[in-house]
Amino acid sequence: MKTEELSGRGLYRNEFEHDSCGIGFVAHIKGKKSHSIIRQGLDILNNMTHRGAEGADSKTGDGAGILIQIPRDFYLIQGFALPPEGQFGTGLLFLPKDRDDAAKCTDILLEIISEEGVDLLGFRDVPCDNSVIGDISRASEPYIRQILLGADVPQDQLERRLYVIRKRTERAIRESDIEQRDLFYIPSLSTRVLIYKGMLTSEQLGEYFGDLNDERMHSAIALVHSRFSTNTFPSWDLAQPFRMLGHNGEINTIKGNRMWMEARESLLKSDKLGDLSKIYPVIEPGKSDSASLDNVLEFLVMSGKSLPYAMSVLIPESFNEKNPISNELRAFYQYHSTFMEPWDGPASLIFSDGRYIGGMLDRNGLRPSRYLITTSDLIVMGSETGVQTFAPGEIIRKGRLKPGKMLLVDTEAGKIYQDDELKAAIANEYPYEDWIKENMVTLDKIEAGHIVPPNIGPEYDKYLASFNYSAEDIGRIIKEMASTGKEPTGSMGNDTPLAVLSHRPYRLFDYFKQLFAQVTNPPIDPIREELVMTLSGYLGSLQQNLLDESPDKVKMVRFKNPVITNTYFDIVKNLRYKGFSSSTLTMHFEASGGADALERALEQLCQDAEKAVDEGKNYIVLSDRGISDERAPIPSLLAVSAVHHHLIAKRKRMQIDLVVESAEPRQVMHFALLFGYGASIINPYMSFAIIDKLVKEKAIQLDYGRAEENYINSINKGLLKIISKMGISTLRSYRSSQIFEAVGIHPDVTDRYFTGTISRIGGIGLSEIAEEALIPHRRAYNNEPFSDNLTEGVYSYRKHGEHHAWNPDTIALLQWSTSNGDRNKFKEYCNKVNKDTASPGFIRGLLKIKNNPIPLAEVEPAENIMKRFVTGAMSYGSISKEAHETIAIVMNRIGGRSNSGEGGEDPERFKPDENGFFRRSAIKQVASGRFGVTTEYLVNADEIQIKIAQGAKPGEGGQLPGHKVDTIIAKTRYSIPGITLISPPPHHDIYSIEDLAQLIFDLKNVNPAARVSVKLVSESGVGTIAAGVTKAGADLITISGFEGGTGASPASSIKHAGLPLELGLVETQQTLVLNDLRRKVRLQADGQLKTGRDIIMAALMGAEEYGFATSTLVVLGCVMMRKCHLNTCPVGIATQNAELRKRFRGKAEYLMNFFRFLAEDVREHLAELGFRKLDDIIGHLELLERNNEVNNWKTEKLDLSGLITTPTQTMRNAMHCIDKHEDKLKNILDLQLIEEAHQAIHEKEPVKISKAVRNTDRTTGAMLSGRIVSLHGSSGLPDGTIRCRFTGSAGQSFGAFLCPGVEMILEGDANDYLGKGLSGGRIIVVPPQGSTFESDKNIIIGNTVLYGATTGEIYISGVAGERFCVRNSGATAVVEGVGNHCCEYMTGGKVLVLGKTGSNFAAGMSGGVAFVLNEAGNFDYYCNMGMVELSLVEDLNDINDLKDLLNRHFNYTGSKKAKMILDNFEKYLPMFIKVIPYDYKKVLQEQKLEELKQKIAGVELDVEYNAGR
Amino acid sequence: MGDINGFLKIKRKEAGNRPIHERVHDFSEVEQVLNSEDRMLQASRCMDCGIPFCHWACPVDNLIPEWNDLLYRGEWKAAYERLQSTNNFPEFTGRICPAICEHACVLNLNQEPVTIRENEVAIIERAFSEGYVKPTPPRIRTGKKVAVIGSGPAGMAAADMLNKAGHKVIIFEKDKKAGGLLRFGIPDFKLNKSTIDRRLNLMISEGIEVYTDTKAGEDISADEMIKGFDAICIAIGAGQPRTLPVEGSEFSGIYPAMDFLTRQNKINAGLSLKDNFLSAEGKKVLVIGGGDTGSDCVGTALRQKAVSVTQIEIMPKPPLQRSSENPWPYYARILKTSTSHEEGCHRLWSLSTVRFVGDGKITRGAEVEDVIWENINGKYLMKPVSGTRRVIEADMVLLALGFVHPVLEGLISEMGLELDNRKNIKVNNAFSTNIPKVFAAGDSVSGASLVVNAIASGRKAAREIDKYLRST
Repeated sequence: MKTEELSGRGLYRNEFEHDSCGIGFVAHIKGKKSHSIIRQGLDILNNMTHRGAEGADSKTGDGAGILIQIPRDFYLIQGFALPPEGQFGTGLLFLPKDRDDAAKCTDILLEIISEEGVDLLGFRDVPCDNSVIGDISRASEPYIRQILLGADVPQDQLERRLYVIRKRTERAIRESDIEQRDLFYIPSLSTRVLIYKGMLTSEQLGEYFGDLNDERMHSAIALVHSRFSTNTFPSWDLAQPFRMLGHNGEINTIKGNRMWMEARESLLKSDKLGDLSKIYPVIEPGKSDSASLDNVLEFLVMSGKSLPYAMSVLIPESFNEKNPISNELRAFYQYHSTFMEPWDGPASLIFSDGRYIGGMLDRNGLRPSRYLITTSDLIVMGSETGVQTFAPGEIIRKGRLKPGKMLLVDTEAGKIYQDDELKAAIANEYPYEDWIKENMVTLDKIEAGHIVPPNIGPEYDKYLASFNYSAEDIGRIIKEMASTGKEPTGSMGNDTPLAVLSHRPYRLFDYFKQLFAQVTNPPIDPIREELVMTLSGYLGSLQQNLLDESPDKVKMVRFKNPVITNTYFDIVKNLRYKGFSSSTLTMHFEASGGADALERALEQLCQDAEKAVDEGKNYIVLSDRGISDERAPIPSLLAVSAVHHHLIAKRKRMQIDLVVESAEPRQVMHFALLFGYGASIINPYMSFAIIDKLVKEKAIQLDYGRAEENYINSINKGLLKIISKMGISTLRSYRSSQIFEAVGIHPDVTDRYFTGTISRIGGIGLSEIAEEALIPHRRAYNNEPFSDNLTEGVYSYRKHGEHHAWNPDTIALLQWSTSNGDRNKFKEYCNKVNKDTASPGFIRGLLKIKNNPIPLAEVEPAENIMKRFVTGAMSYGSISKEAHETIAIVMNRIGGRSNSGEGGEDPERFKPDENGFFRRSAIKQVASGRFGVTTEYLVNADEIQIKIAQGAKPGEGGQLPGHKVDTIIAKTRYSIPGITLISPPPHHDIYSIEDLAQLIFDLKNVNPAARVSVKLVSESGVGTIAAGVTKAGADLITISGFEGGTGASPASSIKHAGLPLELGLVETQQTLVLNDLRRKVRLQADGQLKTGRDIIMAALMGAEEYGFATSTLVVLGCVMMRKCHLNTCPVGIATQNAELRKRFRGKAEYLMNFFRFLAEDVREHLAELGFRKLDDIIGHLELLERNNEVNNWKTEKLDLSGLITTPTQTMRNAMHCIDKHEDKLKNILDLQLIEEAHQAIHEKEPVKISKAVRNTDRTTGAMLSGRIVSLHGSSGLPDGTIRCRFTGSAGQSFGAFLCPGVEMILEGDANDYLGKGLSGGRIIVVPPQGSTFESDKNIIIGNTVLYGATTGEIYISGVAGERFCVRNSGATAVVEGVGNHCCEYMTGGKVLVLGKTGSNFAAGMSGGVAFVLNEAGNFDYYCNMGMVELSLVEDLNDINDLKDLLNRHFNYTGSKKAKMILDNFEKYLPMFIKVIPYDYKKVLQEQKLEELKQKIAGVELDVEYNAGR
Repeated sequence: MGDINGFLKIKRKEAGNRPIHERVHDFSEVEQVLNSEDRMLQASRCMDCGIPFCHWACPVDNLIPEWNDLLYRGEWKAAYERLQSTNNFPEFTGRICPAICEHACVLNLNQEPVTIRENEVAIIERAFSEGYVKPTPPRIRTGKKVAVIGSGPAGMAAADMLNKAGHKVIIFEKDKKAGGLLRFGIPDFKLNKSTIDRRLNLMISEGIEVYTDTKAGEDISADEMIKGFDAICIAIGAGQPRTLPVEGSEFSGIYPAMDFLTRQNKINAGLSLKDNFLSAEGKKVLVIGGGDTGSDCVGTALRQKAVSVTQIEIMPKPPLQRSSENPWPYYARILKTSTSHEEGCHRLWSLSTVRFVGDGKITRGAEVEDVIWENINGKYLMKPVSGTRRVIEADMVLLALGFVHPVLEGLISEMGLELDNRKNIKVNNAFSTNIPKVFAAGDSVSGASLVVNAIASGRKAAREIDKYLRST
């Protein structure tokens, strides 16, 4: 079935699909063709099977493919008469299965071939064995033929003709009425390369395509790809490689990139390609993000650009000051950034045009890429090392691609080009630096003629009212930002209705929700990793043909920040620089005319904008100044997006920029939306007027300039946070990328004015939008004496303000009923909550349930239901010990499960109390900070939960300020009291779905008995992500609504990121059932569940289990202070203050009452429904219907049919979990280790084990350690009890969670995640005996080593990749060189680096010490000095430490470098730099002082004592 | 918000009362005033709760956390503006409100609540003394005329709001001075009457006209009013006292509390009395009824030099702490000890009055009997305890049994206003009576209640009247 057919039913959309993959290539550097290259390519694929994925039938792969040089001889041998090399091209054709349709497609192709002057040489049947593939794959298998073509023209020309033929044919067939036209696809059509690919697993590729096994088929290159897609319905054409590249990653800004490319087409011209309209659209519609990138890359190359040039323009590395690149290169990037926004997102790319083959990483470099070069002129590159084995002596060099860097092999010249050579060549082609200097001006360097004051005069109050500024907007948002330079923080999530559900008027902004990255690509830390981030942009579009290079392209104004003051806005408006001109258009509509007037005004705006383009203006100013009684403001977002999309549709968008002058935007989200829908610069003049007034009233005690700067800074920081949440680094690529979902807007409006934006439940139309603008406008101009405040009470409860689900009535009733054990009061509580829910407070309030009652006695007992209850992940640290343990005790008693949260757990709690109660959390959470995630912690879990995102702030990290880290919290988190703890936004071992699979595998190894769950937050596409997560092996998926959340978060994230639970849950259920994955995974829902009815709703929408967080806390005394972040919780819950903790008045009994009452309530509902068991109703959306009695003026047009649609597949497929995943632990290496170490494990008898290891042996040592720790506790075994020696290339997570008493020596090399969560073991990695390369110059281990390690040691005689020792909290490590971000977020431990480091060393490092050998003398440039200080190693203790580390390193590894340093210690000592965090140093000094004090006190005591004698 | 740690550092500090030996000799206000620094520190204890239960509990929806914060920051003027936006007369409620807000204060869960009531009065008094409170007559007049009948807190609030909305407002008051029960019911030692004059003068300077000594329905007929005004707001209060229909209740020496209190208030105001002054001097006084009015009788009787004062109540003695059936944040039904009680008074509970002993005049006192209350199916039923009858000696008995409904003779019957089943004026959601243009608010609609409820009711009614006037 094609995905399109499935879209549009329910909430699933095929555009949600993501993928990521294993990639690699092998090439003979000197171009020597052989069959063995192809063979090796296939081997690489087979060795990365674990990185790909299978569908529900376990036989259908997500896709695999290979790109090789055209094996011309192969065809000659088979008797084809071919023209000479270069005048011959070929490619596979994927044709419709229906032979008539296939013939029709072929006819179209042949006609175009002849039109383009190319000769058909013939067709060849491609031997395909479809017995090896899965059913799903076979169902969509195309009819595959090969076409052979030729023309008597130079090769380049023929290559271009073939390109034109392919593009024309694609379009012609797409636009034809051939029934099976969707099956037509041309994987490649070229004189140089040939691609075989399909919906196959890695192994199947070679089996399916018989050609690949034919010894006569030769190539000097083989570029391979295996795909792991989250998607439900992989198809043949989406397999990779594409025509020029294979991509492991994801383009987050794809919507914007595609749109800009389309807009650009009107300006393109190419001598080489001639009439470009023939090949348009450059980007094939309906394909994946990677396919689109390939389309543009191919286009650039076909138009004559070199591969390195094209790649550098599309995916530029960071060119800010932090990146050490040449000025010429910086200028090159800057020049090209003016007309090509980055294709932003995690990317490891390999590409080839048949002669050149290469690879590169995006600026963040999050996907690994390792290579090695052999003495036999082979180069092998792949996502992993060890995909090809070579004898140690054969290897000349081992390396990795670095972030933003490229490597290229010219197989004709037999040469390898490194990044610097390649980039120097392109950077020096034109004098870009001069061009920029001569033509570009920077906005803040322009002298302001006069200052434009912020106040707006007597109209102030009218503007305030018309733009609906509430006291909260002013007091809580603007004032806070202007005073502190930060966005305000909030706590306890969001419990107000969606804008569309509220009867109050909202700004149009409030109807949009931010999307964010989860699993398939990592969010970025915009603070610690700011080197890749930028908000800068350009104004004054003089867009011309991007294909030719000329100085006048950069005649523009550069700005660093896109939110500008009145003074700079005045400059912008009056720019006459280099002939700039602009038009100012007003965003007003006739107040008396309602929706019609609004529509007319928008139409006029669009016409005027178009006219401005035609008149050659450079930018349009959209302004809402000058409102009046008669002129109401058009919602700025609507105006901007309408104009933007109109100009795109008219192919006039590239010629002009949009500048916004509006009183409407006030908080970060508003700005993000305006940029996200096309604005370049915004002047929020009303915010400035308000700040001015606050300053004058002394409500802000700063001078105006400072306050204004603070406000702008906080907006900037907020913008960086929002874009980084999606994994985007630059505002330029974020601009118009529309990374939002609309909730509650009618598709008529989104289709017309917000084209491409998803809006799945319909909602308000233009008339309601107009009304929402007019209600406050009327209030402003009508002089009504007693007007209600409009949307006040959004942040804190106000009596006549916005509705809050947690309000005095619901809280009081819940506490009353549960503390008195009063079931009747509980019913009162439920009635009140359910009434509120239907107010409507939540989407589910708009639905009712079809009842068919049975006697209550027949329904399953409450005990069964309570087993499905879990509590939310709230860490000990975020809540008090009292609260945390009370929850755990209750959940253990009722058979539910409590969640440790991200903070470790005191091992004392792993034993039962004397009274038999268990204080242990059944669920142990693994979050990005990995605090306290030790082997012992993991083996004491019934469930291990990987927190990908949390409802209140999806895509963001967290921070526990030092003052909250007391002794006990520090102990459970393996940190030091007083040291700030930072949780990174991403898990540094989950950059993609296959990484998640790896982490799940790791955790299952440590504790095979525990189930592994993954927590996701509702957003559009969460269903497809959940499908990927299921394929990755998760046993349970939690879908959290954005309304949930208990922790502290930026106020804008609480309100604007993520979607309601209902949408995410239903989408997930529908998607999982559609592709029959639901049978393998349980679903859990959380987010404002409060009553039995809520639980029933969640069950009908697909959840088997139910999470409670806020309600749990309320039962224990929480009164929604929303001050959790301040440590001042007056009821002793969210605080560590001993005084306040005494005020905790919660009791286990209360919570027992709550869950029992809930379960009883569920039973009553089940009886009403007519079902005996909860399992019987799971996913039965057909039992829901719209309740039309609860509508208000905005909800009437909501279309909830997608929410209550049951996929037809439900007739066949399981609706809830009935199966288990295949056991992936069956044949792992650890089983052998455990067997051989049996005596050691049980009797502590020392043992030595030797093994060969391969990259497919993953997570070696973890199961062994888990076994030991569950027997002996965290202290494991005596040092040296088990010694394992491995030879070869180890797979990922080698030595993960290794415990005391286990030592693993690896002779060879290792992949990513070495020593993950190390818990006391020792790992040693040395180059294999016989290697010739120098250890301190060759990469030997991968990225993200010692992530979350707590204790133990590692010694690496070689160089590590990026993020060495990330979030290490206590392990000791020695290494001979590292990549970027070494010691990031480290909170403890010791690191010695005996070689070069990459950039951003010690970012976010708050504890521990690092010593770095600074031979080049430039370490300070590479170090992020935000939190650390550098010093020479002078302290005697330090010198001893250093020497000790060197000695151990030498002893364990025999490192030559260590030997050399030790032999010349005096010479080297001055070259060592000590890196220590300020805070940590302070704490150490205090500790020392304390010790000293005690010593002195002891001495004094002695003196007294002695004197007394 | 205030200081985030304010509630941890600062203890509740009340302004306190003048010493008993001093205050029982005069009718000046009992409560004292805190200095500004301490007042601001008290405000810093406010935690700016995510859910301000105080604000929820407050009948006039005072934005308590907001003005507490401003007060803490010393922004008195802004605090006043915020306060004034929800409460027309904070100087009244700040003195005599039982502070439901403080019952609901989150700090009251396990600590002492913020001194919200005192903060309120501090803000408004400072505003008066600094001159922030200025007459602000409406800029535009609508040309519509509204009669407000009754000048108690409900009538005053309605009048104030309607005037600010630009309507011409005329208040009709049957007494010699405006203020209703505020003026004549509440003793001066709780509310100094100059406070009422100050507010009335302000309202008059903003354009409101007040006709005192004018009884609507008598001095001006209902017809005249209906013809002469675009709308009428009745706010005549619940003036009909509850009686005690037992043997001897007609004896002299037994008086309704309000008769007793009003006379003293008039004397204090220098007004001449139509009737005789009722003096407790030298008498053994028995106050029947344990509520606020009873307590006011206690304080007044003591100031009149009563020999002894006993107060009895038919309900059981409330607990000292909340029972599990009366949890936070609801109004705490616990024992209240007023300043008058502190001044010397016997308090007895669960006593039912059986008869008065005397002969046309009270001689010995009142015979009483213990009662017990039983909860039967959620309803509390009273049972006398046999053999417990006894006489409490008294030669003056004050009946503080509350009020049943508005006085029905006169205006209400003349206008033919429909009544509800409790004989209060029946109004719909828009405060409209069965007679067109005629609205009603306050105790006359809801039955006797707190001043703050009367203000809230007057405000809401004014809003509806304004809506009505704008639509006509």
